[in-house]
Amino acid sequence: MSDAGDMADVVREFLIESRENLDQLDRDLVALEKNPDSRETLASVFRTIHTIKGTCGFLGFGRLEALTHAGESLLSRLRDGKLRLGPEITTGLLEMVDAVRAMLADIEATGADGEADHAALIERLVRLRADEPAPAPGPKPRETAPPDGAESRAQAAADGTIRVDVGLLDRLMTLVGELVLARNQLLQSGAARPDAAFAAASQRLDLITTELQEGVMKTRMQPIRAVWGRLPRVVRDLAVTCGKQVRMEMEGRDTELDKTVVEAIKDPLIHLVRNAVDHGIEAPAARLAAGKPAEGCLRLRAFHESGLVNLDIADDGAGIDTARIRSEAVERGLVGADEAARLGERELLELIFLPGFSTAEKVTRISGRGVGMDVVRNNIEKIGGTLDVQSEPGRGTTFRIRIPLTLAIVPALIVACDGDRYAIPQGSVRELVRLESGTGRGVELIHGAPVHRLRGALLPLVHLGRELGVAAPAAADLVAARVTDVVVLEAAGRRFGLIVDGVLDPEEIVVKPLGRPLRAVPVFAGATIMGDGRVALILDVLGLAQRAHVVSEVREPTLGEAAAGGAEVADERRDLLVFALGAGGRMAMPLALVARLEEVPRAAVEWVGGRPVVQYRGGILPLVPLAEVFGVPDAATDADPLQVVVHADGERRVGLVVDRILDVVREPARPAGGWARPGTAGSVVIQQRVTELLDLPAVLAREAMA
Amino acid sequence: MAAVRQVCTFFLDGLCFGVDVLRVQEVIGYRETTRVPLAPPVVRGLINLRGQIVTAIDLRRRLELGGWPAGCLPTNVVLRTDDGAVSLLVDEIGSVVEVAAESFERPPETLRGVARELICGAYKLEERLLLLLDPDKAVQGLAPEATGRSEP
Repeated sequence: MSDAGDMADVVREFLIESRENLDQLDRDLVALEKNPDSRETLASVFRTIHTIKGTCGFLGFGRLEALTHAGESLLSRLRDGKLRLGPEITTGLLEMVDAVRAMLADIEATGADGEADHAALIERLVRLRADEPAPAPGPKPRETAPPDGAESRAQAAADGTIRVDVGLLDRLMTLVGELVLARNQLLQSGAARPDAAFAAASQRLDLITTELQEGVMKTRMQPIRAVWGRLPRVVRDLAVTCGKQVRMEMEGRDTELDKTVVEAIKDPLIHLVRNAVDHGIEAPAARLAAGKPAEGCLRLRAFHESGLVNLDIADDGAGIDTARIRSEAVERGLVGADEAARLGERELLELIFLPGFSTAEKVTRISGRGVGMDVVRNNIEKIGGTLDVQSEPGRGTTFRIRIPLTLAIVPALIVACDGDRYAIPQGSVRELVRLESGTGRGVELIHGAPVHRLRGALLPLVHLGRELGVAAPAAADLVAARVTDVVVLEAAGRRFGLIVDGVLDPEEIVVKPLGRPLRAVPVFAGATIMGDGRVALILDVLGLAQRAHVVSEVREPTLGEAAAGGAEVADERRDLLVFALGAGGRMAMPLALVARLEEVPRAAVEWVGGRPVVQYRGGILPLVPLAEVFGVPDAATDADPLQVVVHADGERRVGLVVDRILDVVREPARPAGGWARPGTAGSVVIQQRVTELLDLPAVLAREAMA
Repeated sequence: MAAVRQVCTFFLDGLCFGVDVLRVQEVIGYRETTRVPLAPPVVRGLINLRGQIVTAIDLRRRLELGGWPAGCLPTNVVLRTDDGAVSLLVDEIGSVVEVAAESFERPPETLRGVARELICGAYKLEERLLLLLDPDKAVQGLAPEATGRSEP
């Protein structure tokens, strides 16, 4: 609860809720006086006061807590039948309600529960509880009545908002969706009519529809912090119970979600968070033994991507032990021993989503509730979402919820492919490129893989029809095509070009979920109804990119990786120059260290003190043949011209000789792993290939020594 | 216990099938479908049912009854399921008939394969056999062609 904004939200919610409760309480108390034996009403009154007491204790409003505590004690005796409600008690309780109301007014005005002293009232409530007749029940309601104006101030928070049945909002949303479709149809048919009045009217309708749509959408949106606000408390309590130390980090708390989505993910989210504290993060001793800080980190992250909302729950704990999953799954008879032996890491992780699966060593109070990951995943899939897990032993586990903005209306680009139309959420579209043969560079091939040089950078191309399996153009045909329409998309920070048959107009579409048999198809995020009444599928850009292997399956570094990278945030990306060294050898270096790429004819190389140099831009450029530095035996020693990566550090320049320049890629900055031989900083996976990271300073230092 | 049940009947490849009438939301004529690439082959596509997007299942293919005769525009039998409306594509719609429980018999052991899963049994009507279809099984267990979660 470090954030003041969060606190203000919680307090606000508390005020609104409490005011409603107090109104109910007034009615209940009055009803109770008439019918003192109604256990139901008594229980309701007790619950209300109990709730207020609990919340204000949590929020640190001590005076309010003291007062409601006195009331609660009195009520508990009434509820237990130890006392019978009489007019005196009713008066006392009603006065307490008034006092609480006054304090709420103070809280709203000043943020504190006021200076008013309610000791006398508390004393009276205590006395009533002890069943002593009050000596002088002097009716002094002024004592606790709110000061002038306090009442109206208190009303302000409640008056500014009204509660609306979500069902009504749903119906409104559906109607607006239909209206949008009707508008689209009207605009389409109107385009063919030369009627000025009709055009003006339809234009107005268009504007109003858009505004109405935005308004209705907004009524349904809630920031994710509405759910997250409760989690720090959950985590704290749980950490104390488990004897663990957990720090919570939240990113993207203003990410807005549809109300129904917020409601629907509340439980799965809490479950995942509890799970992370309970099973993910290790006990302090175990963490210290593993060389990690005693305090574990639980990181929540929310962001929009391709018209979907992503929610990450990441811990830096021990990760999921796939070997244990394997044995556990066999033991529980969920998979056969043979099958289990064949399963890969990823498939093993998937097993945790099977019903009846649990690897908790001991059934704790938290985990032993009979709710498994299968239920969590089902609940998320019910609203058209997905739940994935990534885990790395020792580094941590990340659960990712992806939920479409169900019911939402999103701007989309409509493209044609093999006679069908597909919608692409505009959020993923970066630009449109039309390649015409004969002008500029069109489609080129790298070993059969189509690419386009977009402003000097290689853009991998993906043929939509081919990925969807509805067309199978030969690579040569792609190059030879007279016109190629390319939609430049971005997914998981990677850009790629989607070759389509044609680009149609952008359109506002109503996202509708797909039926269950189709939800497993990874490349579609939903479907929509076009202006002509036909159905069009909405492409899931990330799913498509994964299918086309534009992005590898490991989408984001786990929290552990991000933490190991020091100050680097997982979101940060860096450009890497990838080059070949020897047959099959791949190396990368940060593009920031590259001044220029040059081709140097072998004949231009001169030797100074047994070392190769070339004359370059009026100076001398020492060459560092990386193949020799790393002792690559099968390097292309006879290549001509030489491929030189020029690195400049102020006036000092050096040329690194490599075999071939392969690509420039944008990668999430993540630390290298694997074995790091001298001169490298280890390896990373780039484009699904293990690639060594050149440690340029180390190489240059070694060269200077030699 | 007048065990009489109302069954909505339809025809596929000359066979008479039926589903409990309470499970049928509506019957609509031929609709153009939007195909769904990479979907299970039995998914013929998506149709627009008054603003609702409904998955249309190719029942001929589901029951392994072979392809559609040329020129046949299948009718949609729209079912209520837990997952919203789903349409079964059939050759031709029949009528709603009342059947008696006594005339029902479970399928013989010789009925094998997918038909055994989907057909609960037969009502022995005067003129023909009415095969009762399990609507939930008909729309479930469709293995997707590709999940995209290919192994590394």
